[in-house]
Amino acid sequence: MKSAAAPAGLAAPSGRAAGGRAARQSLLRGLPLLPSLALLAVFLAGPIVYCVYDAFTDAQLTGAAETHFVGLDNFSRAFDDPEFINSLWLTLVFVIGSAVIGQNTLGLSLAVLSEKATRPMRSLTNGVVIAAWVLPEVVAGYLMYAFFYQQGSLNNVLDLLGLPGQNWLYTMPILAVCLANVWRGTAFSMMVYSAALNEVPRELVEAAEMDGAGVWHRLWHVTLPVIRRTVMTNLMLITLQTLSVFGLIYAMTRGGPGNKSQTLPVFMYQQAFQNSAIGYGTAIALVLLVVGALFSVVYLKLLKVEED
Amino acid sequence: MRKKLLAALAITVATTLSAAGCGGSGAAADGTSIKVVYWQHLDQNDHKQQKFLTSMKKSFEKAHPGKTIEIVPVTASENDYYTKIQLMMRSPSTAPDLVYEDTALINSDIASGYLKPLDAYVAKWADWDKFAAAAKTAVSSPDDGKTYGVPDDTDTRGIWYNQKLLAKAGIKTPWQPESWQDILDVARTVKKKLPGVTPMNLYTGQAGGEQSTMQGFEMLLYGTEGAGSSLYDAKSKKWITGSQGFKDALTFVHTVYSEDLGLPKSTALGANAGTEVGTKLLPEGKLALDIDGSWMANNWLETGPRPWPEWTKTMASAAMPTQNGQAPGKVSMSGGWAWSIPAKAKNPDLAWQFTKAIKNRAHSTQWNIIESTTAVRTDVAADPKYLEATPTNKFFTGLVKYTHFRPALPKYPQVSNAITKAMESVTTGQSSVEEAAKTYDQDLATAVGSDSTAKGTR
Repeated sequence: MKSAAAPAGLAAPSGRAAGGRAARQSLLRGLPLLPSLALLAVFLAGPIVYCVYDAFTDAQLTGAAETHFVGLDNFSRAFDDPEFINSLWLTLVFVIGSAVIGQNTLGLSLAVLSEKATRPMRSLTNGVVIAAWVLPEVVAGYLMYAFFYQQGSLNNVLDLLGLPGQNWLYTMPILAVCLANVWRGTAFSMMVYSAALNEVPRELVEAAEMDGAGVWHRLWHVTLPVIRRTVMTNLMLITLQTLSVFGLIYAMTRGGPGNKSQTLPVFMYQQAFQNSAIGYGTAIALVLLVVGALFSVVYLKLLKVEED
Repeated sequence: MRKKLLAALAITVATTLSAAGCGGSGAAADGTSIKVVYWQHLDQNDHKQQKFLTSMKKSFEKAHPGKTIEIVPVTASENDYYTKIQLMMRSPSTAPDLVYEDTALINSDIASGYLKPLDAYVAKWADWDKFAAAAKTAVSSPDDGKTYGVPDDTDTRGIWYNQKLLAKAGIKTPWQPESWQDILDVARTVKKKLPGVTPMNLYTGQAGGEQSTMQGFEMLLYGTEGAGSSLYDAKSKKWITGSQGFKDALTFVHTVYSEDLGLPKSTALGANAGTEVGTKLLPEGKLALDIDGSWMANNWLETGPRPWPEWTKTMASAAMPTQNGQAPGKVSMSGGWAWSIPAKAKNPDLAWQFTKAIKNRAHSTQWNIIESTTAVRTDVAADPKYLEATPTNKFFTGLVKYTHFRPALPKYPQVSNAITKAMESVTTGQSSVEEAAKTYDQDLATAVGSDSTAKGTR
């Protein structure tokens, strides 16, 4: 989502008359932006404001003609609702498991390994990893469903190896969707880290090598400190992406069985559209927004600490 | 400079307007065309209603030159269908002119102001007297007494069983269970004697939506001591919490799935359990008992998704018994669908003309036969052509005297949702029956307000 850029003002020349002219100039230059600003206000800001308003009402999709303002009721209801608390935990598990740990470390490892790899090998790996990423979310969801499904390809492979199959989507749904999300999203982290690793000065690495530092030491003490800003930026981006994953989970498990893989976006959808409690659903959406903001604040703080 | 700016401004304004101008393309409000929206099941082979409506469209357009009927299928699971039509009906630019409404939901949509009262229309329609009183009640609002739909069909529910499998397991047919215990006994016998056969099917879980609530749970609940007022007491206008009957019904669900008497849990909890049962397991002889609706045979007719001519020799039907065989001994649930005109429809008059055409006697009979549903018109219900169309029509029409209707209230869909949640949690074993019943009580209070609930006595 892009926000409207403010009209670029001119560097104001000194003197009052000149200042007045500059202001008029920048106003004039801003004029052509007005229509797009109006569009953004109507089609983007409008719905967002309406959503925030809805979160404080008892709006329903069906069953009641009037909506009433109910203040913070939806939020107090959420925090009393064991289903909501369950979704909050699962969301944390999903984000930390599949993004912060999974995509992030796997992406970094792949980037480091492909630095050393031969060109054809590198092209092949990159091709495979990026293919998973360019697939539309729902398609990826169905592929993963076919993979984890009881008679799916994973169990067939295990069967061939003589290992016992598992009904993954039923017994460990949250693990299955985490793995699916790692598979789907690793490419992003890999590309970000590949670009960052190219920026690491060769002589630094070579000097460390001369001093007899092993691979791990070099990574930990040389490479990572150099690319730490990239690490934080990447973490922030994939966290926010993963927080809002809906299609993948919905296609694989619909949040089930029971509510064992019902992360906040799925819970929100079920409350708003299956249970037709639009007000409650949008309140949950706002909570999701706050969770995302909290993660971002933590990352920014960590970056600051690094800087100081 | 200024000229350039003005030109730029002109261009942006022009593009903005044209971008913003790509609004809704609804039917023109000149009374010449209507949009008819109906539910296309996810099972892609099942196009009975599409074929029927298309033939209706053709004959109607021939009889009324210059008018066009646009048939719009909404392909979705049942719950998603409800959501989609509600979203459509919220705005005049997307509202259909005629919509297929489930009677489970109609009161909820009436309360939202989505539907138009049809009293002025039906008052002038001679055929209206031919519709059964119970069916009329199902499409009218308890608040204002007005009529909001024309009943399309109704149904009853019972037990379908495979007589060959039962005979193979050593159970005497024709079979008529006297209590829940009898059903479980037979299922356990089948499990023991016929490996590879699923003993019984009881719909459950949230993905199934109303299918789980009605075919699965209410067939049990309405057969407990509380009977017709076990879910909602019409006298006191209260929804019932904490009843023994509710827990007993949940216990039955739990028993079926904990003993592996039903479908594999992951299939049972999926969105396609109904299709699996009707078009695969039953015709392939892999399922012995199925607690299901009167319409099941329409899967196996020549026009159906899975033609199976031998079904008449293989499948038989029994009534669902009450819990311990207490009077009246049998129980059934009835629902059905109706044609309604949205409040924001552009051409309600033409929509009404079309409704009259598809619901006249000849077309009603035709539709009930195609769909093997129970007739809502008294003249069709007595028609031998209809009664003898399939071997089971008579049996299921006979269950009408034991049948119950769901509470016709705006909050019902949310209550139904809470029931499927409770079912799912005992099916997976995520919670005990006690816990699930307690959660249901809380969900119920949230949905209807705690002042509209009362503690059940039985």
